[in-house]
Amino acid sequence: MHTLSIRQLSEGLRARKFSARELTQHFLKRIEQHDKKLNSFITVTAERALTQADAADARLAKGEGGPLTAPLLGIPLAQKDIFCTRGVKTSCGSKMLDTFVAPYDATVVRRLHRDAGAVLLGKCNMDEFAMGSSSETSGYGPVKNPWDLTRVPGGSSGGSAACVAAGLAPAATATDTGGSVRQPAALTGLTGIKPTYGRVSRYGMVAFASSLDQAGVIARSAEDAAWVLQVMAGFDPLDSTSVDRPVDNWIGSLDRPIEGLKIGLPKEYFAEGLAAGPRRCIEAAVAELKKLGATVREISLPHSPLSVPTYYVVAPAEASSNLARYDGVRYGHRAADVQTLEELYKRSRGEGFGAEVQRRIMMGTYVLSHGYYDAYYLKAQKVRKLIYEDFRRAFETVDVVLGPTATDVAFKLGAKTDDPVAMYLNDIYTIAANLAGIPALSLPCGFVEGLPVGLQLMGNFFDEGRLLNVAHQYQRVTDWHARLPGAFT
Amino acid sequence: MPITADQIRQVAQLARLELESGRIEKYAHELSSILELADRLSRIDTTQAQALAHPLDRVQALRPDAVTDPVGEAGRATFQSIAPAVRDGLYLVPKVIE
Repeated sequence: MHTLSIRQLSEGLRARKFSARELTQHFLKRIEQHDKKLNSFITVTAERALTQADAADARLAKGEGGPLTAPLLGIPLAQKDIFCTRGVKTSCGSKMLDTFVAPYDATVVRRLHRDAGAVLLGKCNMDEFAMGSSSETSGYGPVKNPWDLTRVPGGSSGGSAACVAAGLAPAATATDTGGSVRQPAALTGLTGIKPTYGRVSRYGMVAFASSLDQAGVIARSAEDAAWVLQVMAGFDPLDSTSVDRPVDNWIGSLDRPIEGLKIGLPKEYFAEGLAAGPRRCIEAAVAELKKLGATVREISLPHSPLSVPTYYVVAPAEASSNLARYDGVRYGHRAADVQTLEELYKRSRGEGFGAEVQRRIMMGTYVLSHGYYDAYYLKAQKVRKLIYEDFRRAFETVDVVLGPTATDVAFKLGAKTDDPVAMYLNDIYTIAANLAGIPALSLPCGFVEGLPVGLQLMGNFFDEGRLLNVAHQYQRVTDWHARLPGAFT
Repeated sequence: MPITADQIRQVAQLARLELESGRIEKYAHELSSILELADRLSRIDTTQAQALAHPLDRVQALRPDAVTDPVGEAGRATFQSIAPAVRDGLYLVPKVIE
């Protein structure tokens, strides 16, 4: 059952080939068998999952379900531990929130589980407060890559990626502030989509950098991703940055031929930083897309090499403000034996936050402080505008922009933990889409020495449907996405 | 521009973070290299660029001034149940005024 697509699972449920309870038990058993090796879950919600499965079975018995009305009814899913889930610990990968049991559901959780009837398997491990590119900054220990347990699964949504890649869940939610959906999807052989900024509600999603954060999906195929995203997306009055605009029928547009599609290859994404093996895989994928009728031209995104420095000013600045709420008073970690209020704040935050989060809070505080605001923060916002303009110009001539998702395949655990700048440079190809606010998707396009390679497609605002369509058409003629790591078949 | 240990102490104070003393030098070194990365921005001509604070060029959404929080008043006990220290519906902190 763990090799079937969500469409096939939904068909199986409706045809009563298996019940939602049986399906849920299958995945819970796989989690129990395999997750010790991966550490992809912080919390497994077995009891709740079976209750939800029984409720889904009752609805299925009444004839509910199916792609048009309730596509995810009875489908088990995992949630990144960044989404508030009522009555369940929501840690955001941080010891700061180790005792935090969310008092309400994030809109994403409400839509998927309460409204659509998907089954919650558990909450996925991640970099602390989504700050990281390897899932090693988690307060709950690092996540391992199912393709090679000595390597990272990427981050920050590494738990979401690892559990789906190992077949412990059909799909998982994730979030993407600078590449946290796409880079782990690339490093684990999965399809991950970050929609347009504002497309999915951020209500109840623990905030990192509010002008960049966006929720997405990590799944085994573009089709599966479309099925989940279709339910997650849409206007939410509880999030003031949510966009009030109807959601397109992404599931329905998967089968469109891509003949005549205009693909732009930014020369900056194929410069010397890209390793030789992944480069060959991406070039082969471009050839495959041409066979499907796409045309290809070189373009330039001249300011894209500046996306990393821009991001590492903007994101920490927003984070330092967002994370001010963790004060040891209302919820979260509180230091013991403190004498003054100031000591309460300082010690609770000093003890509760890990090193990477502390670094980013200090970086953000520094660039926002008197005397540096103009030189760093305002300057970064202006460069952000130039990066945005690059994309605006590109989409005047092409439909999608194609490039690598990451510079190389998954790296070894511990390889970059001592050098923050080397870690930050992992995100060189993914960050620009967040700064511009456009949708972007990563899909598998080959292997180098047994490790998956990711290809990135970026689209114009609200053009998620086209990204999913192109990825689905590619996946109809290739089988990179259908492979399972040997130890988890 | 390298950051000194004193600047780290000052920034940590602004951010209300108590740092382990053994980590201050390490943070100074790491933040210096991150700022070196950020300094690449200073070489870019942005005289024609307007600052972009938000990717969707929109004004803040407005709504009627009514209570919309789905948890509502009944949620007070729920919210306080996860607080580290409460009494009589109040959050407790160390004494601020003598």
